[in-house]
Amino acid sequence: MAKDLQTKIRATDFSFFYGKKQALHNISADLYSNKVTAFIGPSGCGKSTFLRSLNRMNDVIDGTRVEGKVEVDNIDIYAPNIDVVELRKRIGMVFQKSIPFPKSIYENITFGLRLNTKPTKPQLDEIVEKSLQRAAIWNEVKDRLNDSAMGLSGGQQQRLCIARAIAVNPDILLMDEPCSALDPISTAKIEELIQELKSSYTIVLVTHNMQQAARVSDYTGFFYMGNMVEFDKTRTMFTRPAKKETEDYITGRFG
Amino acid sequence: MNTENLQTSYETSRNKKLIGLFAVGITLFAVVAIVGLLISMLGNFLIGGLPHFSWEFLIEAPRNNNTEGGIFPAIYGTALLVILMAIMGVPIGTATAIYLTEYARQDSFFARSVRFGVNTLAGVPSIVFGLFGLGFFVQFVGKGADAALGNTGIVWGQPALIWAAATLAVLTLPVVIVSVEEALRAVPRELREASLALGATKWQTIWKVVLPNAITGIMTGLILAVSRGAGEVAPILFVGAVYSLPELPDQLSDQFMHLGYHLFVLSTQSPDVNATMPLQYATTIVLLLLTFALNFIAIFIRSRLRGRALK
Repeated sequence: MAKDLQTKIRATDFSFFYGKKQALHNISADLYSNKVTAFIGPSGCGKSTFLRSLNRMNDVIDGTRVEGKVEVDNIDIYAPNIDVVELRKRIGMVFQKSIPFPKSIYENITFGLRLNTKPTKPQLDEIVEKSLQRAAIWNEVKDRLNDSAMGLSGGQQQRLCIARAIAVNPDILLMDEPCSALDPISTAKIEELIQELKSSYTIVLVTHNMQQAARVSDYTGFFYMGNMVEFDKTRTMFTRPAKKETEDYITGRFG
Repeated sequence: MNTENLQTSYETSRNKKLIGLFAVGITLFAVVAIVGLLISMLGNFLIGGLPHFSWEFLIEAPRNNNTEGGIFPAIYGTALLVILMAIMGVPIGTATAIYLTEYARQDSFFARSVRFGVNTLAGVPSIVFGLFGLGFFVQFVGKGADAALGNTGIVWGQPALIWAAATLAVLTLPVVIVSVEEALRAVPRELREASLALGATKWQTIWKVVLPNAITGIMTGLILAVSRGAGEVAPILFVGAVYSLPELPDQLSDQFMHLGYHLFVLSTQSPDVNATMPLQYATTIVLLLLTFALNFIAIFIRSRLRGRALK
């Protein structure tokens, strides 16, 4: 079983500070290629902060500081010579609140592609179709690619954001509570999507919905007060957790 | 006992009702008073000026030492001035706002100083801007340009259209900066992050995502600047406006006639103030119309952009 596993992302004693306040304490974990890893934990436990540290999205906040290492494909992403912009092209992110750009559906998907290169229209058309198909939304929008993305429903917008993220062909997809603003049907569609996507991408998912983590992920990390209390295969975590805090959280004794 | 409480509570609620009515009355009175004032002002101008107001008035040049004829040169000068002011002021104001919102660390000394400067600038009296325009633009920059360029046939070191426009641009800078800053701040943080997450640089994010979203706010800044600039007279008193000109200005170094300035001179310095009264009223009407027209154009452009942005 372990022989198939390749570490895509490795955190080693990773700590994160907002100014003087320490938000993450010595997180160490291996996130494996082509697997879905979920982070669960009560509000404010640091799971989103850790997720955002993986593509250095926290850099945009003033006054933050890190210690320790995060390696992607064995490269320390916090090393001084790393180009953050290039890093983010290889790590896609989907946010809690789906925010399509107020442009057409087509322009949303091609936004990332046209940042640095000038692809031809046929090339763009092909990538747009492929991305929207992989995000399971092609049939719903193929006749209105030039309409504004703001006209889509919440679930459709989120799938559009997923398509937009995978259009630039990243290796890794980070998802920060992607379904928390969606109805159960849209949620189910996206959970199904995550299962399909994992064959091509490494997926890291933050969710405050434990059942979702249990349904969708291969590995789960339980965060509490800035610490990763436990990290294990999902099935183990939910049936025979090693730590008492994990068990208390999973059985709903606190949350 | 219970009925006593009921009685006192009834009286209290009656007092509250009276206070409520009083508040409505006062505010209604204020509205009526203001609208009444506006109507009487406009009525005064229209009654005094309409007899003299005609199509010829708008397109002809003045005659007979500004006691007859039209005021087209003043219209032309005012419009030109305002457009130049916008071209000079809005890009700089927008760039400043972009820097303050997107690049500067919010608590840095530099950012706070710039903000302090902008706020102070907003409170400076208009006439002081006029003196600044004369001292800095005309005599320092202008004379410096003359010295540097040598004999080109154009004298920059004197009151001119470009210096008046620059002065007004500086005067309306705070208004532009504040409007644009507000518009930029209104763009959700998540939108910026979504762009960055796709591998855009900060500047690409600003240019492709943030600015297009903030365009209506930028237009608002433009509208406010135009409204203010079209009406200000004190800053241009000695920086470029003149009472009469043989020809229309066609270079930035020319002087120009201006509606507000024209009105000022007509009512204070013409040889026969009473004879020019109808002229003054008519000029006032034209000035108001021009201001409204400039505003409407800008508002129209903004609503078209807003419609496109929301689509």
